[in-house]
Amino acid sequence: MNLLLIAFDSEDAVTCAAFGQSSNHPFDILQLTGLPATNLGAGKVISLDLPSLPPADYFAAALKPIAESYDRVAAVSSMRGKDALPRLAGLLDWPMISDITEIVDEKTFIRPILAGSILTKVQLNHPKAFLTFRPAGFPAPNLAGESSVESVSPGWKGTSKRLSESLSEGGRPDLATAKVVVSGGRPLKDAETFENLVGGLADALGGAVGATRAAVDSGIAANELQVGQTGKIVAPDLYIAAGISGSTQHMAGIKDSKIIVAINIDGDAPIFDIADYGLVADLFDALPELTQKLQK
Amino acid sequence: MKILVPIKRVIDPYAKVKPLDDGTGLNLSGVKFEINPFDEIAVEEAVRQKEKNPEIQIIVVSIGGPESEEQLRKALAMGADEALHVETTDQLDPSIVAKELTAVVKEQNPTVILLGKQATDNDNNQTAQMLAAQLEWPQATFASKIEFNDGKANVTRETDTGEEVLAIPLPCVITTDLRLNEPRFIPLPGIIKARSKPLTKLERQTSDQPRVEVLSYTAPPTRSAGKKVATVDELIAELKSKGALA
Repeated sequence: MNLLLIAFDSEDAVTCAAFGQSSNHPFDILQLTGLPATNLGAGKVISLDLPSLPPADYFAAALKPIAESYDRVAAVSSMRGKDALPRLAGLLDWPMISDITEIVDEKTFIRPILAGSILTKVQLNHPKAFLTFRPAGFPAPNLAGESSVESVSPGWKGTSKRLSESLSEGGRPDLATAKVVVSGGRPLKDAETFENLVGGLADALGGAVGATRAAVDSGIAANELQVGQTGKIVAPDLYIAAGISGSTQHMAGIKDSKIIVAINIDGDAPIFDIADYGLVADLFDALPELTQKLQK
Repeated sequence: MKILVPIKRVIDPYAKVKPLDDGTGLNLSGVKFEINPFDEIAVEEAVRQKEKNPEIQIIVVSIGGPESEEQLRKALAMGADEALHVETTDQLDPSIVAKELTAVVKEQNPTVILLGKQATDNDNNQTAQMLAAQLEWPQATFASKIEFNDGKANVTRETDTGEEVLAIPLPCVITTDLRLNEPRFIPLPGIIKARSKPLTKLERQTSDQPRVEVLSYTAPPTRSAGKKVATVDELIAELKSKGALA
């Protein structure tokens, strides 16, 4: 059993190593961009050292000869992983298992279906497979050893052309792997209020900012902040839901959080049914007060 | 230009589905079925493109049991021109579906394949990318805006950090995300009226068996309501006692 983890950057490599170490199998990391992560217990780090990530057609064609010598090839189930990995699986005609939350053994895994309302135990009936996994299921990796680095320049072939892209603004941690997430809903009124109140509290806690679909659709929060079944699945140590009533699709994306705090003026909101701590209060008073008291 | 829209019949995404007591399957009694919502967005997008360019021909295809005809009829009512039904009750996985669709593509020669980014039943998010790989066509997943011009598709797609615009030559595979459009409502008479549109039955072209098998289905652990606190200070004290705040 040899395992290759595909890391899109050095931060991703840490999340990949969490899965690699949990698998109890030796693993290599293939890292597309950034400084090779050599302290995560990988047998070797295959470094591509690219200036930016290639579109999926280039990615799959270039990685095919590297991937095919492994038994399992895995990546985080991020949007870039979901875009690129199945294409590589299609090129090699291997099966694939998406969104793994738990490893049972090398052939058996747990994964959610139906927006997380059911867990399935699935088994591979093939010697080789691609896997994507959700970061929350796997504890942070131990720092271990000094992996060797193999620099590789694969052949690039494709026809897609990237005309423009928005880059992460930085400053705040990545929503999908953050330890603390503060999310806001439609009652935050406008983009400026949202940023001040939700962003302010997130910064006081060193956390990431999330939003409901309603907040995104009404233009007060950016698309990539959407948390829920159709957005990002999060599982932080602390999730603070501010002005969020708790739609099924939103709750599907947060229910694996360790502690959920709900702050809402409506004491009957469904979010209180799953929150560990509920505060029935006006957001416009409670959020600034909480932010100010945490900053002290 | 010909657009092929593969659609899947799925469990109503708003249904509350529970596993069978013995974990061998899902309890589907009384559960309704719908077009996979992301595929419905793909049908809607194809129809909107046709409204701009009447030369577009829209073919919908579904692979599944006899009851999938219901979803194909709805897609015809939304504005698709023709439906194909690969009728089978076999267990399928995304790589089999991609191979069956490849066979349909070889017959139909579409310019664009437009489909949902994932089906809301099994949530795999694999079929379109596997299909694109087998055809060696470029792909643009998670589309929030699509423009065709000059033998190319300019696709705005959602990414982890926001969005990007990809230009891909035709033929190509595009998957839809939530924000691409809101599908039109089709009243029942519209679905009946669409019965005159052609629906052709096809047979499976491959004999592959699924390579991923579901052993059991269980309900995930549930959360229960915790404690209501009266003030911000009380909340901070509770979180500190749990070690959630420094």
